Amino acid sequence: MPTSPTAAPEAAAPAAAPEAPTSAAREETVRPGVEDLRQLEAGLDSLQSAAARTARIDWSRVLLPVAALAVLLLAWQAYVWLGIKRRDLVPGPLDVAGQLGALWGEATLQQAVATSLQRGAAGFVISVLIATPLGLLLAQVAPLRRAFGPLISGLQVLPSVAWVPAAIIWFGLSDATVYFVVLMGAIPSIINGLISGVDQIPPQYRRVGSVLGASRLALTLRIILPAALPGYLGGLKQGWAFSWRSLMAAEIITVGGSMGFGLGSLLNQGRDLADMTVVLAAILLILAIGILVELLVFAPVEKHLLRRRGLLAGSTR
Amino acid sequence: MPVLLENLGKTFDDGAPVLEDVNASIGAGEFVALLGASGCGKSTLLNIIAGLEAPTAGALEVPSDGAAFMFQDAALFPWLTARENVELALTLRGVGKAERRRTAGELLDLVHLSGAGGKRPHELSGGMRQRVALARALAQDRPLLLMDEPFAALDAITRDLLHDELERVWQETGRTIIFVTHNVSEAVRLGQRVLLLSSRPGRVVQEWQVTEEHRTNPGLAGQLTGAITARLREEIRRHAH
Repeated sequence: MPTSPTAAPEAAAPAAAPEAPTSAAREETVRPGVEDLRQLEAGLDSLQSAAARTARIDWSRVLLPVAALAVLLLAWQAYVWLGIKRRDLVPGPLDVAGQLGALWGEATLQQAVATSLQRGAAGFVISVLIATPLGLLLAQVAPLRRAFGPLISGLQVLPSVAWVPAAIIWFGLSDATVYFVVLMGAIPSIINGLISGVDQIPPQYRRVGSVLGASRLALTLRIILPAALPGYLGGLKQGWAFSWRSLMAAEIITVGGSMGFGLGSLLNQGRDLADMTVVLAAILLILAIGILVELLVFAPVEKHLLRRRGLLAGSTR
Repeated sequence: MPVLLENLGKTFDDGAPVLEDVNASIGAGEFVALLGASGCGKSTLLNIIAGLEAPTAGALEVPSDGAAFMFQDAALFPWLTARENVELALTLRGVGKAERRRTAGELLDLVHLSGAGGKRPHELSGGMRQRVALARALAQDRPLLLMDEPFAALDAITRDLLHDELERVWQETGRTIIFVTHNVSEAVRLGQRVLLLSSRPGRVVQEWQVTEEHRTNPGLAGQLTGAITARLREEIRRHAH
């Protein structure tokens, strides 16, 4: 049946009910035909859907943080110029930059960054592998959660540095000590993040899942886990932060033995030599790596995740 | 008789019965509108028919493989595209990958959304989301479709169109539909039969047949709507004291 698209209303009315011409003549509700209905819906769909926006590079995202950094460096330099403290106690940005260059030259910097990053990443990955199934289990099985939930929350509050003495006694001055401390720091936060992600799932999702006939396992893996992903990602971010902090603490405290030379070790070395430029260089490196991991790993993943779910509109990100 | 309710009752732990002595029989391929004011236990009744809750009294007969369900909000999963949402229902039924793609495509085409399969729920309008939800409910491939006020949150123009759409899909697929609503004209517009539930406790107090005559003659439909509204108000007035 050829219907001309969106003709005048009086032309559309007879085309709408061709199978009942006698009743169509009467004043009555118009029941559109299939083709007509398809067109009506397509029109309404395009009217009601938001127009797609094209993404542009927003330079203020880059320029504003760079400007903020420049202001901070200038303030630091200005403080040094005022000469309130001795230069060897408060070195300026240029002194620290010089020290970073020197450390790079003797390859100490690269070695320390590589060792720490490698440990941090490995510890984090192991933590994720352990914490994810545990978190799902705790979130989905009520008695388990009641039994172990308070303990897990408590472990998150306990500073993982507290484990360092125990770890040294158990594992000696080895990498195992570092990994143990990292795991004790990261696992509880990842578990907690996953549990709170699961808690925030709209109850309707579970209902839909059971109406669709999902088994307990299918419900957990296909509905609960993806639904909890934003909270889980928050837990991962915090888990990474805790691994990185715990790692630095462990590296500062445990030196020697079969331990490699990490950023924490560099920091500790600076203290031993009473060289403030080394101390500040190590602190800035630890901070910079934290920022880079957030910017290059977590921020893109989070942004992608939120955008796909339509949760980014109106945020200040 | 796909659905048979006999003296069905439901009492929650706190005492007051939600449903009492509900009797109804719904034939294969029938479209029944279940009408009632707030507190009539419509949703509880649907949950019992769907097997999500157990009745505390009486007996019921429903298709052994359960029922498909459509809610007031589309409840699509935001991390899946429209097509993937439909496909998930098929995956959970154990349908193979190739057939899943094909069936999901057909179902989206059935609700006139073949062009929007790659979009995510937040990119769709409310009406489009409900059509995806309808396609997902159809993907469950159950003879019985339960609908819990599925169009209540939509604007009037969209709701009007979706009435036509649902009627067409019902005729094409031959499903038995139980459609819960608190909108009298919607009940008359869609149902072949309108059942009125009383409130607190819910009980079927009256039923009306909606004939073909009502569908083609708006005056007659108006009369029926008026009669049902009057009876519904009488039911509500009982609770004034």
